[in-house]
Amino acid sequence: MSVPKDAGWKDVPKAGRILEPGSAAKYETGGWRTYRPVHIPENCINCLFCWIYCPDQAILVEDGKFKGIDYAYCKGCGICATECPGKRGNKALKMILDEEA
Amino acid sequence: MATLKELSNKEILISSGHRACAGCGFPIIIKQALLAAENPVVVACATGCMEVCTTIYPYTAWKVPFIHNAFENSASTLSGVEAAYKSLSRQGKLDKKIDFIAFGGDGGTYDIGFQALSGAMERGHNMLYICYDNQAYMNTGIQRSSATPRGANTTTSPAGTESYGKKQYRKDLSAVMVAHEIPYVAQASPSNWNDLVTKVKKALAVEGPAFMNIIQPCVLGWKYPSDQSIELAKLAVDTCFWPLYEVEEGEYKLTYRPKEKKPVEDWLKRQGRFRHLFKPENAEILKEIQEDIDTRWARLLAKCGEEA
Amino acid sequence: MSIRVGKTGNEAVAEAMRQINPDVVAAYPITPQTEIVQIFSSFVANGKVDTEFVTVESEHSAMSATVGAASAGARSMTATSANGLAFMWEIVYIAAGMRLPIVMPVVNRALSGPLNIHCDHSDTMGARDSGWIQLFSENAQEAYDNAVQAPRIAENPDVKLPVMVTMDGFIISHAMEVMEILEDEKVREFIGKYVPENPLLDVDNPVTLGPVDLQDWNFEHKRQQAEAMRNAKPVILDVASEYAKLTGRKYGLFEEYKLDDADIAIVVLGSTAGTAKVAVNALRAKGVRAGMLKMRVFRPFPAEEIADALKHVKAVAVMDRSDSFNAVGGPVFVDVRSALYDVDNGPKIVNYIYGIGGRDVTPDHVKTVYADLAKIAETGQVENPLTYLGIRE
Repeated sequence: MSVPKDAGWKDVPKAGRILEPGSAAKYETGGWRTYRPVHIPENCINCLFCWIYCPDQAILVEDGKFKGIDYAYCKGCGICATECPGKRGNKALKMILDEEA
Repeated sequence: MATLKELSNKEILISSGHRACAGCGFPIIIKQALLAAENPVVVACATGCMEVCTTIYPYTAWKVPFIHNAFENSASTLSGVEAAYKSLSRQGKLDKKIDFIAFGGDGGTYDIGFQALSGAMERGHNMLYICYDNQAYMNTGIQRSSATPRGANTTTSPAGTESYGKKQYRKDLSAVMVAHEIPYVAQASPSNWNDLVTKVKKALAVEGPAFMNIIQPCVLGWKYPSDQSIELAKLAVDTCFWPLYEVEEGEYKLTYRPKEKKPVEDWLKRQGRFRHLFKPENAEILKEIQEDIDTRWARLLAKCGEEA
Repeated sequence: MSIRVGKTGNEAVAEAMRQINPDVVAAYPITPQTEIVQIFSSFVANGKVDTEFVTVESEHSAMSATVGAASAGARSMTATSANGLAFMWEIVYIAAGMRLPIVMPVVNRALSGPLNIHCDHSDTMGARDSGWIQLFSENAQEAYDNAVQAPRIAENPDVKLPVMVTMDGFIISHAMEVMEILEDEKVREFIGKYVPENPLLDVDNPVTLGPVDLQDWNFEHKRQQAEAMRNAKPVILDVASEYAKLTGRKYGLFEEYKLDDADIAIVVLGSTAGTAKVAVNALRAKGVRAGMLKMRVFRPFPAEEIADALKHVKAVAVMDRSDSFNAVGGPVFVDVRSALYDVDNGPKIVNYIYGIGGRDVTPDHVKTVYADLAKIAETGQVENPLTYLGIRE
């Protein structure tokens, strides 16, 4: 259950209980970003290090393969790019200034 | 041993949209730990960064049942949850296998929550307590805890003209938990995800209490660029500041041995909190820190039956 | 049919706990509550209850584990006294704020320091604004009756607040009385099946409990809590009236003893009410129109009802078994006087602080209070708004 902004005290669950699991996904943190990771598919070996190390679940994976970056949540920390082994030393993720994207 | 491909088919039980700093280590720990669970999990969490960043009303990042009670009592709170589970299961009111994980930071675990933790472990509740150890009271603004390493500059152990930072070595809480003679104790690091996931699986599988101490780099508290959290966790492991080992029914086992034991300076110099240690007048302190690590590492190798 | 038994207050409350058969009890020993924990442990050891008994390492963990168990979906209880309650303090507030229907017998004892193990009300009075319902008991019978009624009050959907059932340390907890208890089935039928709200163990409907609740919503949740305490008043009366049908023993928010036509009256809580009744009877025999109001429900505070019950009295003395060290008077006095503020030409009201650290209070002490009241009633003048009764001057 969502909590409408205009709800009164009688309308919301007791004690601040949050009844909707994972509702934080409604709060987008992408606006925090200064740099953004961009994916270079030809260098990607689908090791999924970016996925396991992303603190924000912003790396999307489908069928065991890199699928994309969820910029709605990516805070631009850069862990994915730093941890990316790439192919023969060429990284599959690099950080660029967000405004240049 | 699960592959990342296999793990990536599982649902991640912490959502996006939490308010942890960019590059924060604990969301990675939560993700990896919950990916290890085979059964439904109920989580209790101490007050601290993890709790405040993941449950800002009306939003929660948790996709599992979650309770926060106070700072010092995630272990005792979860004791009560687990006792309820036992009672209701015994009475036939509940028929489901559920696992229980308590999280606490180092402040909530080594310090203020130490008594509650010790009590819960001694009583033998079937639960896993995970300390996400970022080595200071980060949520209140980087004050020293008993987990803070010697020499670290924190806001209550500042380096100054008369001080090189924290005077004391960190408390070896993992050893203290081993002394509780519980079925499973382990140290882990999010950099070594496979080791971490394997250990959580083992910890959840044992009957009775388990304790895991997981190092958690903190961008703000350790003072490093946000992309380096995993690198710094790895360096803590490879310098043997944070050895990866487990103690199953009293038996020590080293689960990862660095190919080359790196000097602790490699880890320290990457962090702003230790910058002052590299001034000439603190050379002796650096030496002592290295000696301390060497001594502890040698002692651990002996316990694990490893060659020195 | 009730069963007549001889029991101490602690035994009576432990018996009530056995009959309630909570899913979880987490408790820690402290004088004078210890016997409750011991007796209940023997019930667990002998299979008399289904309870999972958590032998925590402190009262702080007792309340923490009880909060955990109640949040999980279990009917949960603990018990304590004095410093134990103080050690729980932070979590006492959290239990109420999380709206958990926990029941906790508290055996009243003086708070340290200096250390004292005997009765006064400083422990529970300190927790009067913690959001718990507080039921005071005059004797073992009332402690038992309050304990049996407590889960029904706590668990009412309009209330969902924790309840403290108090009794005076040693005076009630350790004194043997002839009393009546109900059959087990009657108690179980009376309290009914426990239906938890948003339990953690419902893993198919994951709930987050105890979140960070900042400026934008915390006020609303506290407003709900305030409303729950208001709702508790009629619920307490409904439960009492149902209980009266079962036992013949009638309970209200307070007991009025010869108050209808009284000129002078005292307000008192706990075992001293029994002492005061002796004094009232003696004075009545001499033609003095003395009366008494014995509070049962201190939280929610029955302000309007008290004002109504005392409005015709000329002089009232509030007897506090604790001091609030506010340099004005005890906590009961402050609340009662506030309740009487809107009464036109209401009674003169004075405060007596007595029985601190277990200091004995006798009918003669109470008679001196009535003598003072008689003088105030006659002259309309208050010379001593606050008296320390039974002190070495």
